[in-house]
Amino acid sequence: MATPRTDVREPAVDDATARTLHERMLLIRRAEERLIVACADGSLPGGVHLYIGEEAVAVGACSVLTDRDYITSTHRGHGHFLAKGGDLDAMFAEIWGKATGICKGMGGSMHVADVSKGILGANGIVGAGFAIATGAAWGAKLEGEGRVATCFFGDGAANQGSFMESMNVSAAWELPTVFLCENNGVSEFTVTSTVTGGVLADRARAFMPVEVVDGNDVLAVRAAVGAAVERARAGGGPSYVEATTYRIRGHLEAEQHMLGGGTYRSADEIAAWQADDRDPVLRSARRLLDAGICDAAELERIDADVRARVEAAVAFAEAGPPADPELAPQLMFGPTA
Amino acid sequence: MARKRLITAINEALVEELERDPKLIVFGEDVELAIMGDTRGLVERFGRDRIRNSPICEQTLTGMAVGLASAGYRVVLHLMFNNFIYTGMDAIGNQMAKLRLMTGGQMELPITVVAGYGGGNSNAAQHSDTAYSVLMNLGGIQVAVPTNSADAKGLFKTAIRGATPTFFLEAAGRGGEMGEVPDGEHLVPFGRATVAREGTDVTVVAIGRMLKPTLRAAKALAGDGISAEVIDPRTLVPFDEETVLASVARTGRLVVVDEARDRCSAASQIAAVVADRGFDSLRAPVRRVTVPDVALPYASNAEAALIPGPERIAEAVRSVTEKQFA
Repeated sequence: MATPRTDVREPAVDDATARTLHERMLLIRRAEERLIVACADGSLPGGVHLYIGEEAVAVGACSVLTDRDYITSTHRGHGHFLAKGGDLDAMFAEIWGKATGICKGMGGSMHVADVSKGILGANGIVGAGFAIATGAAWGAKLEGEGRVATCFFGDGAANQGSFMESMNVSAAWELPTVFLCENNGVSEFTVTSTVTGGVLADRARAFMPVEVVDGNDVLAVRAAVGAAVERARAGGGPSYVEATTYRIRGHLEAEQHMLGGGTYRSADEIAAWQADDRDPVLRSARRLLDAGICDAAELERIDADVRARVEAAVAFAEAGPPADPELAPQLMFGPTA
Repeated sequence: MARKRLITAINEALVEELERDPKLIVFGEDVELAIMGDTRGLVERFGRDRIRNSPICEQTLTGMAVGLASAGYRVVLHLMFNNFIYTGMDAIGNQMAKLRLMTGGQMELPITVVAGYGGGNSNAAQHSDTAYSVLMNLGGIQVAVPTNSADAKGLFKTAIRGATPTFFLEAAGRGGEMGEVPDGEHLVPFGRATVAREGTDVTVVAIGRMLKPTLRAAKALAGDGISAEVIDPRTLVPFDEETVLASVARTGRLVVVDEARDRCSAASQIAAVVADRGFDSLRAPVRRVTVPDVALPYASNAEAALIPGPERIAEAVRSVTEKQFA
C-alpha cells in the first residue's frame, strides 16, 4: 500500500461546505447503522455490503461533481449513491424490495442507480465499473461539455484485468475518467496484500497522474479529486486517485455466519480505525468544533436531524407496496424500432 | 431493387444510420480498415470521433459500449469474430443483458454488437464458433442471423434504432454473396420469420448460414417427391414461433438445421417449442441437424465433415417423412 501524502495542504472550504460535507457523511453513517439493525432483525430480503468507515471518500469526491457528471459504483454503493445526491427514501425502498424503490425493487442494495443524477449504478461484479466509466467518459468527451466520469473501485477490483485495459483506453484517448481507488486493504474476505504484487498506484503511474491521499479525511479527498476533475474537465485526460481507508463492517452483514468461525483481520485492527483521530465522521466533527463552525449542541442537533431523516426513510420503505412481479418480463427488453 | 453483396448492404445500412443519427458511434476491432469489409470507408466519411479502432481488450470494449450508451449514444461495437464474446462476457452477460431490468427500466442500452460467426473457412476452433446459443440464454439480448443482403441491411438498421442490446451475427466468409436489396428506406422487423421455400410434407427451419445447404437439400428432395417447406427465422431472439407452428400444423414434421453445437443449440430450443406448443400437429419425431459436440477442426475435410451439408439435411428429412406416428 502506498503511503498517503501528508504534504498536500488542504484547501480551505467555507463553513457551509464543511458543514454540508459532515452532514452528508453522517447521513451515510446513520443510514447504514440502521441497515445493520434491519438486516439483523430480518427486515431485508437480501444482503447488504456496508460502507461504514469509508464515507469521506464518496462525500469528498462527489462534492466536486454535479448531477451531469457520471459515477460508477461498486457492490458497496450506498455511500456513493447518497453522496452523489441519490434519494434516501428511494434507496431504502429499493433495499426493502419495494415498488417504490429507485429501481422498483428489481436491483436491490447492490444495484442502486439513479441515471438522472449520473449514478450509473452500483454493481455486483467487482471491477465492472472500469469499462462502464471509460465508455461514459468517452461519451462525455465526444459531447464536449466538460462532464467527467468517476469510477469508484476497491483495491480488490484493481486486480481485475479491465483495470489496466480501461486505464489504457482512457489514457490513449485522453478521456475525462477519474479512477478513484478506495483502498481499504481487503478484497472481500482476503487481505489484499496477500494477493497483490507491487504497489497499486504504480500500475496507474504508467498511464496517468497519480495522487494518494488519506481517504478518511474528507477535505483531502475533495482536494485530490477536485484537482483530477478539474484536469479532466479541461481536456487533460484521466487521473488516478487512491484514498487510503478502512472497511469497518464485514464484506457483507452477518458474514460471521458464513465464515465458520474463521477471521481475516483482528478486532484490534478494526478498533484502531474507529479511533477518534481516524474515523472520518469523528474527525470531521472534531474539525467543525475546533474551527468554531459548530458547537457541540449544534453537532447534536445535526445528528438528531439525520437520525430523524433515516427513520422517515425506513417508514417510507416499510409503507411502500411490494415490487411488481409482472414488471420483470416487461423490463427485460427495450422498445424496438 | 438492386443486386448487392451482403457486405455492401451492411455497409449501406451503417452509412444511412450514421447520417441519420449524429449520436451513432462505431468502434471496435479494426473498424477503420475492416477485414470483413462491413465498416470500410466509414472513417474517411464520418471521422475518427465516430468510427474508431479500439485496443484489443474485449472485456473493456463490451463494458465501454454500456458506458457510452448510458451517456446517451447509440453504439455499434465490432468484435470481429463471435468467439471473442467469451473474453468480453461480463459486460454482455452481467451488464448489457441485465441493466435495463436491474435499474427498474432507467437504462436504455441501444447497443448493436457485430461479429462474424460459423465455420467452413479453416479458421480453426477459436474463430469458428456459432455462439448464438450462449447469447440466447442470457435474457435481455436480441440475436439476428441474416441470410441475405436485404435482410442484412434491414435487420441491421432495426437493431441500431432499437433500444435493446442486439447481436448482429454475420456468417463469416459469406460477405460476397449477392442479393436483391430494396431501394430507399428498408427496415426488417425482428421476430418475423420468412418462408424461403414453400412445401407441404415437412417443415425445415434453417438458421443463418444453414439456409443455403438446406435449400439445396430441398431441391434434391423435390426430385424424390418430398416437398420441404424451408423457414428462415432471421432472428433467434425474438423468435417467430407462430410461423413455425403454423407450418408444422400443415406439414406435421419438423427438422431444424443449426450450425451450433448440438447440446443446448438453437435447434434444441426450437424443437422444444414445437414439442410444447405443436405436439398435436406432429406426425413424426422432431429431428435436429447440428454440429456434434466437438470443436471445429482446422483441416478443411475434417471441418466439412462436421458442419451440416445438403446430404445430412436431406437424410434427416427423409428419416422423418418415412416415419409416421400411429
